[in-house]
Amino acid sequence: MNTLPGTVAVNTFREAVRDRVLYNLIFFALLMIGAAILVGQISIGIDRMVIINLGLSAISLIGLVMAIFIGVSLVSKEIEKRTLYSLLARPIHRWQFLAGKYAGLLLTLLVNTVFMAIGLAAALFYVGRPFVRGDATIVVAIYFILLELALVTALALLFSCYSSPMLSTLFTLGVYITGVFAQDIRRAGEISQSVAVEFVTRAIYYLVPNFHNFNVIAAAAHGEGVPFALIWQNTLYTAVYVTLVLLGATAVFSGRDLK
Amino acid sequence: MSLPYRTRVKRVALSAIPLLFCVAALLQWKIDAAAATISQANEELILQSPTAIKKLSMGYDALLGDIYWTRAVQYYGREVQKPNPDFHLLWPLLNVATTLDPKLEVAYHFGAIFLSETGHVGAGRTDLAVQLVKKGIAANPNLWQLGTDLGFLYYWRMKDYSDAAAAYLQTSRIPNSPPWIKMMAARVAQTGGSLETSQMIWQQIYASTKDPTVKKRAYEQLQGLRAQEDLIQLGNISEEYKKHFGHYPASEEELRAAGYLTGIPVDPAGFPYEIGPDGKGRFNSKTTFQMPPQPKVYSAPTAPHQTQAAPTTRTRVQ
Amino acid sequence: MAAPIIEIEGLTKDYPSGFWRKRWKRSLDHLTLHVEDGEVFGFLGPNGAGKTTTLKLLMGLIFPTEGTARVRGRSIDDVSMHREIGYLPEHPYFYDYLTARELLDYYARFSEFSAAERHARVEKFLKRVGLGSAANVQLRKFSKGMLQRAGIAQAILHDPKVVFLDEPMSGLDPVGRREVRDIILELKNEGKTVFFSTHILSDAEMLCDRVGVLVGGKLQGVGPPREMVPVEVHSIEIVFELPDGRELPQRMAAQSTSIGGRYRLSVPEEDVYAVVDQLRIAQARILSMTQVRPTLEDYFIRLVGQERAATHEAEVALR
Repeated sequence: MNTLPGTVAVNTFREAVRDRVLYNLIFFALLMIGAAILVGQISIGIDRMVIINLGLSAISLIGLVMAIFIGVSLVSKEIEKRTLYSLLARPIHRWQFLAGKYAGLLLTLLVNTVFMAIGLAAALFYVGRPFVRGDATIVVAIYFILLELALVTALALLFSCYSSPMLSTLFTLGVYITGVFAQDIRRAGEISQSVAVEFVTRAIYYLVPNFHNFNVIAAAAHGEGVPFALIWQNTLYTAVYVTLVLLGATAVFSGRDLK
Repeated sequence: MSLPYRTRVKRVALSAIPLLFCVAALLQWKIDAAAATISQANEELILQSPTAIKKLSMGYDALLGDIYWTRAVQYYGREVQKPNPDFHLLWPLLNVATTLDPKLEVAYHFGAIFLSETGHVGAGRTDLAVQLVKKGIAANPNLWQLGTDLGFLYYWRMKDYSDAAAAYLQTSRIPNSPPWIKMMAARVAQTGGSLETSQMIWQQIYASTKDPTVKKRAYEQLQGLRAQEDLIQLGNISEEYKKHFGHYPASEEELRAAGYLTGIPVDPAGFPYEIGPDGKGRFNSKTTFQMPPQPKVYSAPTAPHQTQAAPTTRTRVQ
Repeated sequence: MAAPIIEIEGLTKDYPSGFWRKRWKRSLDHLTLHVEDGEVFGFLGPNGAGKTTTLKLLMGLIFPTEGTARVRGRSIDDVSMHREIGYLPEHPYFYDYLTARELLDYYARFSEFSAAERHARVEKFLKRVGLGSAANVQLRKFSKGMLQRAGIAQAILHDPKVVFLDEPMSGLDPVGRREVRDIILELKNEGKTVFFSTHILSDAEMLCDRVGVLVGGKLQGVGPPREMVPVEVHSIEIVFELPDGRELPQRMAAQSTSIGGRYRLSVPEEDVYAVVDQLRIAQARILSMTQVRPTLEDYFIRLVGQERAATHEAEVALR
């Protein structure tokens, strides 16, 4: 990692790895996958579906918790602890610092998700159901989970630039939940008779990152395929949105006085 | 280089952001198209327990209830178009919606009809429908509409005429309930299962519902009942013909020629009925009309019904 | 004549204050200051005077309301300026999950060294600040003094031409303070410019080529420590003992202080000979005679007192 953001990223990764909370979360995720095996054994014939369903949901949920928990203190912790002072006295731009923190957390999430995915694969092997063609969708589902986490992390970073961790958590969760229910909000607006409401809900739909795009867990559980177009579209969407959010973070952070 | 670096960075960032929003919106539009093809089975319902959701909803119960209700409707609308629909999520969705917002009358009403409907139109679970409506009545004791839905379920689906009559009677005691309910209670108690009673019940549903899907279904049922009535009537007329001529008529044409019919009765799809070798009316082999599946317990019909001309005689068959 | 290595022109910083954040508090008022190449410059002032604000402005941690500054010809807005400077913040905290070696290695990566050179430097500076034995200990276990040393190490390991230190001696025991003083002198001998803030005046007197005094956000004066103090009437302090049984004349006794048989007496310069004569008569044993000069501390306290009085008057007038 020879670039400045790369240096910051590696350090962020190192910090996460040395933080014990991370291991608790991974342990919890693996526990959930184990539980999925038990639940699956209750219903014959659909144990595979249950394991995939619950397992992927667990990976998504734990990833989300991690992204938010670590993400909201990415910047605020450095400000509070004043570690940022000696860092910014170095020949590094503030945006490079942000990019590095973001990349570091993303790397952490990637590594963790891969670990948990391996756990899921192990669970599937354990119940004696080797992989079938439809399982390509599981990989896609995990990829989409990573995209989702990339977006959430960016949001957490943005809020971390100007709010305390607690407020940032609320904001990030707020945006996330709105994004999950964005489709329903829009439909509710369409059903309503008011043009104003419909306009507002539609605006919300196109402004808020639509996290429901990334959810193909059901398809994966049923072994259905996912259209290839969706894969590159989601990737592009994430790239565009993450850039947007990080630019926002840069705009906020570049002119900010550090107390 | 007059502006400090940080100000330039800020300006570049801020001007790029609206542009990126537009690109994102465009992509979202494309994604919607692509995602529609996947079974977006709302298995996103990770939690199916209504109490769990209620606890998590942090007070925004009614809003969440509405959201789940809209999802139920969407789910139904999507499933019903499939060749082999499977409505297994309809109950959980409606259950959650009504737990979050117990005053969702529309949801109880919808569930009463479509949880119990069979064939490709509903979940075929009358027990769940009854459970839902009873829940609605418990939470909304002054809504007579729910009481009539319960009566409908007992009558139409379960053929339990005593319980149906009891339900209608109970409902008729609600202040401000319309008088026909009491009358219905009496009818059901006396002539439960008759074609006419069934028609009256569906007629009431048709007239009083505000839900377009339910209205459509009621209309289809009424058509089906009319068709049934027509067939039975046709059979009766054939019997008359046989008494006179010694054999069953071969077709409606013969009946008309002999003066027993003034017009050619047709089914709701516009195809003329046929007369089978046993003298009973039956549907035209080429007809596109589909009878809604329904219980077939009828006693004597009362008034005949012809679609094309004024009725000639009112025959009453003893 | 070479350009000053640090040029500060009219640097001003206002903060919003008050409940609705509508009023402005001026924490630095048009500071104009030049520091020459190779100088050790002491930035003095009481707490809250604006010293740390000045340093944060120079480092780009906060942004000026007005004014500019340049270091080695480059504006403080230009982040490449940071290549040639080192900074030790006040109360430094560092990533406590890193070891001392990892910390220095991390910071060293922001300068363009080869891997080999980086390792060499890290080792060299660990030793130089006396952290060689604690190199693999996590910073969360460090004492305040050790953290301060780590802070100095990270400020100088990349050989910056200008070093900025914010209260480098704070919280250190006398041994630590001596070590820091020695390091500053070493840096000066290496030809570096050192700009540090402190309120320990004796250190400033000892180390600095020039000092600047900041009170209430305003620069009160700049110059070599000796010249800062206005010429005043000098007096001589005489330390003497009296043999048993002898007493001083009344007036003298009133003016002198005594501790355990030793007397101290301050006498205006012109009266010295007369007093010595009286002591001779009293058969006192003179132990020492030294010139008393007002110190930087007196000057400082007087300045602060003036400023506080002025502020107080202003406040009274507003009511």
